[in-house]
Amino acid sequence: MTLTGTATGRTVRGAIGQSPTRPDGVAKVQGTFAFSSDVPIDGARWGMTLRSPHPYARILALDVSGAWSIDGVAAVITGDDVPGKTTYGLITADQPVFASDVVRYVGEPVAAVAADHPETCRRALDAIVVTYEVLEPLLDADAALDPATPPIHPDGNVLRSQAVRRGDLSVTGAVVVEGTYEIGMQDQAFLGLEAAVAVPDPGGRSIELYVATQWLHEDRKQIAACLDLPEESVRLVLGGVGGAFGAREDISLQVHTCLLALRIGAPVRMAYSRAESFLGHVHRHPARIWMRHHATAGGELVKVEARFVLDGGAYASTSSAVLLNAITHTQGPYRCPNAAVEGFAVRSNHLPCGAMRGFGVVQACFAHEGQMDKLAAACGLDPIEMRLRNALVTGDTLITGQVMESVAPVARCITETAALPMPLAAAATDAVMGRPGGAGLTADATHVRRGVGYGVAMKNLMYSEGFDDYSTARCVLADGVVTLKFATSEVGQGFVTIAQQIARTVLGVETVVLEPIDTQIGSSGSTSASRQTWMSGGAVDAACRAVRERLFEHVGETAGLDPLRLVVDGDEVADSMGEFRIAVADASSGRRFDETVEYHHRPTEELDEDGQGNCHTAFAFVAHRAVVDVDAELGLVKVVQVATAQDVGRALNPLAVLGQIEGGISQGVGLAVMEEIVQVDGVIRNANFTDYLLPTFLDMPTVVATLIEEPDPQAPLGAKGVGEPPCISVTPAVVAAIRDALAQFDGPDARPRAIDRIPVRPADIALA
Amino acid sequence: MEQYRLHVNGAEHDVVDAWLGESLLYVLRERLGLVAAKGACEEGECGSCSVLVDGHLVCSCLVLAASALDQPITTVEGLAERGAPTDVQQAFVDAGAVQCGFCTPGLVMAAHTLLDHNAEPSETEIREQLSGNICRCTGYGRIIEAVQRVSVARREATP
Amino acid sequence: MGVIAPLSLDDAVAALSAHPDALVLAGGTDVMVEVNGAYRRLTGDETVVAVSRVAELRSWTYDPVAATVRLGAAVTYGELERAPLAELLPALAQAARTVGSPQIRAAATIGGNLATCSPAGDGLPVLAALDATVELLGPHGVRQLPVGEFMTGVKATALRPGELIVAVTLPVLDGWQGYAKVGVRNAMVIAIASAALAVDRAGPAIRLALGSVAPTVVRATAAEAFAADHVDVAASSVDDATVARFGQVAAEAASPIDDHRSSAAYRRRAVEVLAGRLLRRAFPGNAA
Repeated sequence: MTLTGTATGRTVRGAIGQSPTRPDGVAKVQGTFAFSSDVPIDGARWGMTLRSPHPYARILALDVSGAWSIDGVAAVITGDDVPGKTTYGLITADQPVFASDVVRYVGEPVAAVAADHPETCRRALDAIVVTYEVLEPLLDADAALDPATPPIHPDGNVLRSQAVRRGDLSVTGAVVVEGTYEIGMQDQAFLGLEAAVAVPDPGGRSIELYVATQWLHEDRKQIAACLDLPEESVRLVLGGVGGAFGAREDISLQVHTCLLALRIGAPVRMAYSRAESFLGHVHRHPARIWMRHHATAGGELVKVEARFVLDGGAYASTSSAVLLNAITHTQGPYRCPNAAVEGFAVRSNHLPCGAMRGFGVVQACFAHEGQMDKLAAACGLDPIEMRLRNALVTGDTLITGQVMESVAPVARCITETAALPMPLAAAATDAVMGRPGGAGLTADATHVRRGVGYGVAMKNLMYSEGFDDYSTARCVLADGVVTLKFATSEVGQGFVTIAQQIARTVLGVETVVLEPIDTQIGSSGSTSASRQTWMSGGAVDAACRAVRERLFEHVGETAGLDPLRLVVDGDEVADSMGEFRIAVADASSGRRFDETVEYHHRPTEELDEDGQGNCHTAFAFVAHRAVVDVDAELGLVKVVQVATAQDVGRALNPLAVLGQIEGGISQGVGLAVMEEIVQVDGVIRNANFTDYLLPTFLDMPTVVATLIEEPDPQAPLGAKGVGEPPCISVTPAVVAAIRDALAQFDGPDARPRAIDRIPVRPADIALA
Repeated sequence: MEQYRLHVNGAEHDVVDAWLGESLLYVLRERLGLVAAKGACEEGECGSCSVLVDGHLVCSCLVLAASALDQPITTVEGLAERGAPTDVQQAFVDAGAVQCGFCTPGLVMAAHTLLDHNAEPSETEIREQLSGNICRCTGYGRIIEAVQRVSVARREATP
Repeated sequence: MGVIAPLSLDDAVAALSAHPDALVLAGGTDVMVEVNGAYRRLTGDETVVAVSRVAELRSWTYDPVAATVRLGAAVTYGELERAPLAELLPALAQAARTVGSPQIRAAATIGGNLATCSPAGDGLPVLAALDATVELLGPHGVRQLPVGEFMTGVKATALRPGELIVAVTLPVLDGWQGYAKVGVRNAMVIAIASAALAVDRAGPAIRLALGSVAPTVVRATAAEAFAADHVDVAASSVDDATVARFGQVAAEAASPIDDHRSSAAYRRRAVEVLAGRLLRRAFPGNAA
C-alpha cells in the first residue's frame, strides 16, 4: 500500500496530517460566506408552501382562487402544475411533489405560491381553501405490519422486511438476557434552514438552482424528471450549507422553487422557517428493538436474536437502507457465530423518516450495548471485560457471513477509552453550575450520585448492497497553482480543507484554489455515510496523482530522466537517485496539466433472503465512556465527561477530526437525554427550538479523545470516515452511566431499573 | 407601511415601505443587505441572529425593527474592516471552532460581548455567557478553546 | 397606526388611551415569537406602543425605611440577575439567572413576564411568594393589585383596556429565600416545575409559591399553614419528617396537566421534591 505522502516526509505547509485552517473560515467568521439563504439575486420573489394539517386525509377540493386575488401574488401552483414526473424519492419515487388526492402526513405539501414579500405569501396561503375528508391515520407500527390493515399508499404499508439468519438457530446459551429497547424520533436540527434560489433562463427551457444539499447530482436527477427537462438543462450550484446530518439527502424545496420560477419566468427564492423545517425534511427512524443474547457462562456470545421495527413514516425515503444497516449491525463490534434477526421498516402517517447521522446503527447500538451490559451482569463480568472477550478482530465473520477485512482495533478502542483520565470533582465555585439542574438550583450535592458507563460501536462506511458508488474530481496544475474541481457537498465537515491538504501533499504546491461546487463536473456522491474522505478524498488524490504523473513525464523529458525516478519532495520535484531538483512552480511554469478521475470503491453484494452477503464496503470502530451525575428524585442528569478512542485509520486533519468527534458526541448526548420529536395522534407538538431541545454550552460535557491511527490498506489515504461513529456509542454509554448512578441510589440488592428508552426523560427516572 | 431610520454600524439607514411586523433580523438581512446575522429559529432560542442594540447583546429576531429607533446597532459587519478579522474571529478560525459556520456570526458577537465584560472568564463563565448560542456542528469544545486563547493573548499583550 | 415610542409615562398612557387595542411592546421576547411565528397576525394597521424607553418604567427604587423595592415594569431580567438588585432580591436574582439566555435576559422585562402571565413564567413564583404588588396605570388613574389577584388564568391577567403595568413592588425580607426550577436542559428551558420559598422572620411566616403546576402560579397555602405550625422560624433547623411532610402538603396545591413537555404525575412529584429541598436549605440543621 502506498500512502499519500512524500518520499522524504518533507511537505509544504498545510499538508496531510497537519491541521491547516479551513479555506472558508475567515469568510464564515466575518459573515461574508454565502449560505443558500444569503445568495443575492435581485428582484427574486419569495415562495412559500401550503402544507397539510392532517396526518391522513383525502383532498376533496382545492380552491386557489382566493390566493390569486391578493396583491403581489405572482404564481400559485399545485400538483396539476408538475410537467414531468409527479413523484420523487431517493430509492423509490413514492412521494408526490404536491399531494393531489391524499395527504399522508402533517406537513405534506399541497400547493405553493410566489409573491413579493413573505407576508404576502402567508396571506396567499391563508386564502387557499382545501376541503379535506379526514381519515383515520395509521400510527401504530405493529398495525402497519398486519396484512389486514388497509394500505395507506399504493406501494403498501411495509417498506422493507429483511431477515439475517446464520449458523445454528437452535443453539442456546448458558446465560440468556433479553430486552426491548425504544428509540424516539431525533431531528437533525441543522441550523442553516432550508433555502434555495431558482433562476430560470430566458425561454424557460433551463434553470439554475442555488441550494444547500448533500448530493447535487442526485437532486438534479429527481428535479429534472419532475420538471420534464433534460438533466443538462438543470444546473445546480451548491449554496453554502449550514449543516446537514442526513436531513438534506431528500428533496425538500428544490422542485417547488424551480416550478415557481419557471412558472413566472423570474427568480424565486424559498426559505423555510424552523417550524416548517421540522415538517419539511426527514427524521431519524423511531424504533422498537427486541434482542435476546445467548452466551456461555464465561461470557462469550453464542447467538443473538432480534426483531427490529422501524417506523418510516409516510414515504419510503431511505428506509430500506436504514433497516439494512440496523439489522446487519445487530451483534455490534463483537463475534457472534449464530444469529436470527428479523427486521421491518413500515409506513405510517407519521412524519417521513430517512437519513440521520448513524443511519440505523444508532438504534441497533443502543440495543446491543444495553444487552452487553445485561450479559455482563448476568455473567458476573465487568462491562469492559465482557466486551473485550467478544471484541471483533480483522478476519472474523459477521452475522451476514461477511468477513471483517477492515482494520478492526476494537479492543484498543475499549482499553484506550477506559484508560483516559476520569473527570476531576467540580471546583467549589462551579459546583452549582456543574450539578444536574444547573442554575435551576434543583440539587444539593447530597442529592446526586455519579455513574460511569461504556458503549462500543461498529459502523459501516460508504454505501452498501451492490450500489456502485463513486466520486469525481478534477485537478489542474498550471504555473505553480493547483486548482481543484469537485461536486462534493461541503456541509461544514471540512472536506474543502482536506482536499487542499491532499493536493499539497501529492503535488508540493501550497496554493490550492477550489472551484465552485456545482454540477459542471461529474457526481461526487452524497456527503453522508462517512464516505467523503474515502471517496472524494480518493478522487482528489487520484486526480492529483494523475497530474503528478504528467508532471513527472514532462520533467523527465526536459531533464532527460526516467519519470519513475522522480518524486515530490517538499515543494520540488526531485530525482530520487540523483541530484536533480526543480521547484514544482518552475516545472509547471507555462504548462497546464489537467486530469479528471472517477474513484469507485470495490463492489459489494446484495443480501440473500437469509441476509447473507458481502453487503458493506468497510467498517470503523469506536468506544465511549460517559460519566454522569444523576439526581434520582427529580430525574435530572448532567453529563459530566465523555471519553472516547476512535478508530480513524489516519487523521488527515487532527483538529477537524476532533471537531467531528465533539460534534457527534453532542448529538449523541442530545438523543440520550433531551432530543425527541413528539407526535400525538400524528401531529407534531414541538416543531420549534423552544421544545425540541438541543444541548447548549451548559449541557455539553467535557470531551477527552484519543485517535487510534492504524491506516486501513483499503482506504485510498489510509483514512477512515470519522463523521458518524462519534454519535453512535456515546448514547448507550450515557444511558449505561445513568443506570450505574441509579444503582447507587437503589443499593446493590435492588433490581436494576429498566432504562431502555431514549431519550431518557426525567419522569423515566423519577417515577420508575 | 412603515418608514423609519435605523443606526447600524455607525451609519444611518432609512427604511421605507416596510411591513409593521418585520423583525430587526429581517430588516438587516433583506433591506440593508447585512446578511451576517442569521435566522435559525425565529424565537430567540439559538442566538444565530445576535447583534448589539444599545450596547446589549440581544436576539435581533425578537426586536421589532420599527421600534429600534435612536439605538445604535452593531452587527458582525461592524466589528472590523472586511478582510481584517478581529482577534476573536481569527481565534475561531485557528482553533477549529468553525464548521458549517451558521452559528458563527452570532457566536462572534457573543464572544466579543463576553470578553468585553469579563477579560478572564472561567470555563463555566464562558459556557454560561454563551449558553444562548446553539451550535449543532462543533460540540462547543473548540469554541471554548478559541475564547480562552483570546483571553490569554489579550492578557499577555497588556503591559 | 404604526409604532409609537413614548419617552414619558404620561405619553405612554396617552398613547394607550388613544389606541386601547394597541400592542404593548417592551423586550419583545414573548410578543415577537408570536409575530414571527404568525400566531399574532399583524395586518399593518395596528398600533404598537413601545414602552422600553420610558424612563419611569426602566428605573427602580429601594426604600430602606419601608424595606421595599419598587421595580419599573421595564426593568430587565439581566438587571435583576446582578448587583445591586440581586442583593436586595436574591430569590428573584436566582430566577432571573434561569430566564432564557443572556440575550433574552438583556431584553426580557419583569413587566412583560407579568403581562404574558404564563404559569411557567420564571419570575412569577418569586413575586407570588413575596406577596408582590402590581401597579397599574390607566386613563382612570393608578391601581394596585396583589400579584395573586393580577394573575387570573393561563396567560390571562386583570389588566383592563388602556392600562399599563407600571411597577412591581416587593418587600425586602429578613430571612432566607430561594428559588428552584426544573428544566430538561440547563439553559433556555421552560420550567416544567418551579418553586420559590421565602422566610419572613418579622412575620413570622414561611411562604411558598409553585410554578407550572396550575393555571397560574399558586401559593401553597396549606403547606404554609403546616409550616407555621411545625417550623420555628427563629431556629435554623427542622427535622426530616417535617421537611417530607411539607413537600407532600405543598404538592397537594398543585393541579398540573399532561402536555408535550411533561406529565401531571411528574410535575406533582417535582414540586413535592422542590418544596422539601427549599425548606431544608432555609433550615439546614437537622433537628432529629
